[in-house]
Amino acid sequence: MAEAAAKRAPEMESGGVAGPESRHLFEGSNWTFDTMGRTYDAIQEIALNDLGLDVYPNQIEIISSEQMLDAYSSIGMPLMYQHWSYGKRFVREAQMYQKGYAGLAYEIVINSNPCISYNMEDSTMAMQALVMAHAAFGHNHFFKNNYLFQQWTDAEGILDYLEFAKRYVAKCEERHSTAAVEEILDAAHALMDHGVFRYRRRPKLNLREQAERERERRQYQERTFNDLWRTLPRNGADMQPEQADVEIEERKTRLKLPEENLLYFLEKNSPVLEPWQRELLHIVRNIGQYFYPQKQTKVMNEGCATFVHLYIMNQLYDKGLLPEGAMLEALHSHSSVIFQPDFNDKRYSGINPYALGLAMMEDIKRICVEPTPEDEEWFPEIAGSGDWRGTLKDAWANYRDESFIQQYLSPNVIRKMKLFVLADDSTDTHFTVTDIHDERGFRNVRRALARSYDLGAIEPDIQIVDVDLRGDRKLRLQHTMRDGVPLSERNRDEVLKHIRRLWGYEVGLVGVEADTDKTSYEVSTEDAADDDD
Amino acid sequence: MAMPHFIDRRLNPKQKSLGNRQRFMRRARAQIKEVVNKSIRERNVSDISNGETISIPTKGIGEPRFHHAPTGGRRDRIFTGNKEFNAGDRIPKPAEGGQGEGGKKATDRGEGEDEFQFVLSREEFLDMFFEDLELPDLVKTSLKEVCSYKPHRAGFASSGSPTNINVLRTMRNSFGRRIALKRPTSGDEDGLTQRILDLEARSDLTPDERLWMAELHKQLEELKCRRRAIPYVDPFDLRYNRFDNHPEPNTNAVMFCLMDVSGSMGEREKDLAKRFFMILHMFLKRRYERIEVVFVRHTHEAQEVDEETFFYSRETGGTVVSSALKEMLEIVHDRYPPGEWNIYTAQASDGDNFSGDAEKCIELLDTALMPLCQYYAYVEILDEREMELFQDPEKGTALWQAYRAVGASWPNFETKRIAGPGDIYPVFRELFAKQAADG
Repeated sequence: MAEAAAKRAPEMESGGVAGPESRHLFEGSNWTFDTMGRTYDAIQEIALNDLGLDVYPNQIEIISSEQMLDAYSSIGMPLMYQHWSYGKRFVREAQMYQKGYAGLAYEIVINSNPCISYNMEDSTMAMQALVMAHAAFGHNHFFKNNYLFQQWTDAEGILDYLEFAKRYVAKCEERHSTAAVEEILDAAHALMDHGVFRYRRRPKLNLREQAERERERRQYQERTFNDLWRTLPRNGADMQPEQADVEIEERKTRLKLPEENLLYFLEKNSPVLEPWQRELLHIVRNIGQYFYPQKQTKVMNEGCATFVHLYIMNQLYDKGLLPEGAMLEALHSHSSVIFQPDFNDKRYSGINPYALGLAMMEDIKRICVEPTPEDEEWFPEIAGSGDWRGTLKDAWANYRDESFIQQYLSPNVIRKMKLFVLADDSTDTHFTVTDIHDERGFRNVRRALARSYDLGAIEPDIQIVDVDLRGDRKLRLQHTMRDGVPLSERNRDEVLKHIRRLWGYEVGLVGVEADTDKTSYEVSTEDAADDDD
Repeated sequence: MAMPHFIDRRLNPKQKSLGNRQRFMRRARAQIKEVVNKSIRERNVSDISNGETISIPTKGIGEPRFHHAPTGGRRDRIFTGNKEFNAGDRIPKPAEGGQGEGGKKATDRGEGEDEFQFVLSREEFLDMFFEDLELPDLVKTSLKEVCSYKPHRAGFASSGSPTNINVLRTMRNSFGRRIALKRPTSGDEDGLTQRILDLEARSDLTPDERLWMAELHKQLEELKCRRRAIPYVDPFDLRYNRFDNHPEPNTNAVMFCLMDVSGSMGEREKDLAKRFFMILHMFLKRRYERIEVVFVRHTHEAQEVDEETFFYSRETGGTVVSSALKEMLEIVHDRYPPGEWNIYTAQASDGDNFSGDAEKCIELLDTALMPLCQYYAYVEILDEREMELFQDPEKGTALWQAYRAVGASWPNFETKRIAGPGDIYPVFRELFAKQAADG
């Protein structure tokens, strides 16, 4: 206790009537709500008036490490419904943490209005300052301004909606048994990546209203979803072939096929699902859609937050508001976050989005302020403009990872990171180095890196193309393959079983080469049934 | 902009993930159990009280998604930290499954995730371990004799033993009856007597007063008579606390560890025996609130000792197994009345015995011990070579033959031969395997 008191003494001097010798916001490593508030104000001053950020009001919650573990095993959401997969994540994270293989995340931030961020109680004051700058201003600005988030997510309604979802799932478990709910959620989770509208633009979701209107919508759908089946021809043989073809075309139009949003299609059209099961699909789909922008902006989102915290911490230090020890601690933590091992390093696990994002954003600032002739050639619009704040804010607002890299990855960053591209053809026994960080390679490296962040390329293109209404009601899916890249087979067959569960009838998947229209493979749940039993 | 909102959530309920964890454990039950069973066969007994990091196959707890296979087709891979490569260089692909530079990429996509690793808490581990084991005849005995009776208060009765008199109830009845029958109180009697005494004290009594005094004497006589007729406490008032005997499952167990410590039992044999005792002890610990362990060692004579001495002191002498049985019987009679204690016995020996003693053992077991014991397990520790020789359970030492004979007549008597640590768990499992197996 004596030690704590001793540590607090200088703090009080600088806190009240600031002593002339120290303008520090805090001393030592312990934090209090007082030092937190004071530091927040200083950070906010720089964020709003210097950087000109535009943020949602902040709500900063202090939680224990155990609560942090809880929170991020439920995909970072404070109010997630219960599911075994979150338990699985929890036991794994808990083990990693207990064994010291992995530290806990310092913060979790939620795209909501007000913007909620979690800070851990064990963190030192220096870390609290870093985390506030990173999450409460960096991420917060990005969430509020990036077009994807504006277009796809409803920051106002998400917490209410999660609350609703949690209660709804719990109610279903009570009424229909945990196992019955799990069966649907498992299947829905398997399709979460394919439960978003990728190519078609949808109106912004208003989650709060959705939750409120749930009941009405259900009633309406109960009345209407049977339409499809009421008009189902009894027997294909009774019908003339041409007539049948016309019928199918008509049905396809009515079902809006092909459909890329598998969950949406099943929710609306599955002949076997009960209303509550449809609602569960709807919930999973909404949550998947809510996270869709985050998946597309990992580099930008983290880059933005990291750039903001680094700038703010430097400013605080330059103004003499941060003690030296705190600054060193923050820098140490910062550099481990942006550490990028080389490809042949044991620690290499792909490109670190923090490192790439920060490097690109720092470089944009440099190009605006001190451009080289090379920059003037590559980025004539911004080179030497001096307005790095405006340029960055424009980038943060209007790009996602793929387009951001395509637009802004500079030769300088490629050189610094020593990026190179390997061509991997499965028919070849060797990799070929196609491009490296040199004059000839810059554009290709940039294209390859941008493409590696394109969800449209990363995630397989799978669409529902037909429902065989005349015969066995088999659902037909098509995988449009690019460059002959196949699906992971075991996963594929498992997911098909899940779809079968939701659809109630057999499901077939055909892999078609995009360039040649050649059928590469064909699988069906009918084949898999044999292995199952 | 408004002040930030700081909220202290540290006191919010913890363990929000508990429900999720339980859901996961239920889900992965079958896989976890399989791994646990395997690990029990391999690990030392001393570890068994710890939790365990286990890897289970992802089958059943996988979360499949449509995603691209890590290899196949044509694709570009992009890396950082180029050192000596130039455009056009050819790099051989690492061999299948090799941990080359290219191979690492495979784990990024989650395809390499064949095993799921996590820590099972001690409780969870043991639950899995014991799951389908049951104490032999536990159900049967708990229905029959294992029950002890414990008195529970059950209202009041008008008869009973004097020690159970409920004074409050009794006095309340007595008071009510005295009021109803208008029994004069001792105050009434004292008042009347006082008035008589006052009159008698005076010498100048008028005739009226003399008459009055006679009247008072008469009243006093009546009053006394009435007080005698109406007893202060009538047997009719008596109330007793009533007790019912409720059957209670017996929650105490005593475990007897009997071991031959003569020269023929070496370190190896004792070590095996120890493991056997420990595992039985742990098993009982889960079933009973309270367990006592009694160690009885014997050479040609038997002695109760503490655990340390039991396992580590060296003795010389012959081997008379029946001495241990006698000692145990005495201890049971002295300290562990079978009505209150569930008695378990684990005996380990190398099969040596003084010739002719085997018959005594049979008799002791048949007539005295087995009726008292819930369960009796005997392991005979052999070396590997002997194990080969004694494949046939019919053959063996005199002691073995004798114990086999006892086993034939008592279903709660088990005999097994073990030779190495690897045999212990299977034996243990067999000893306690669900009775369902044999009907």
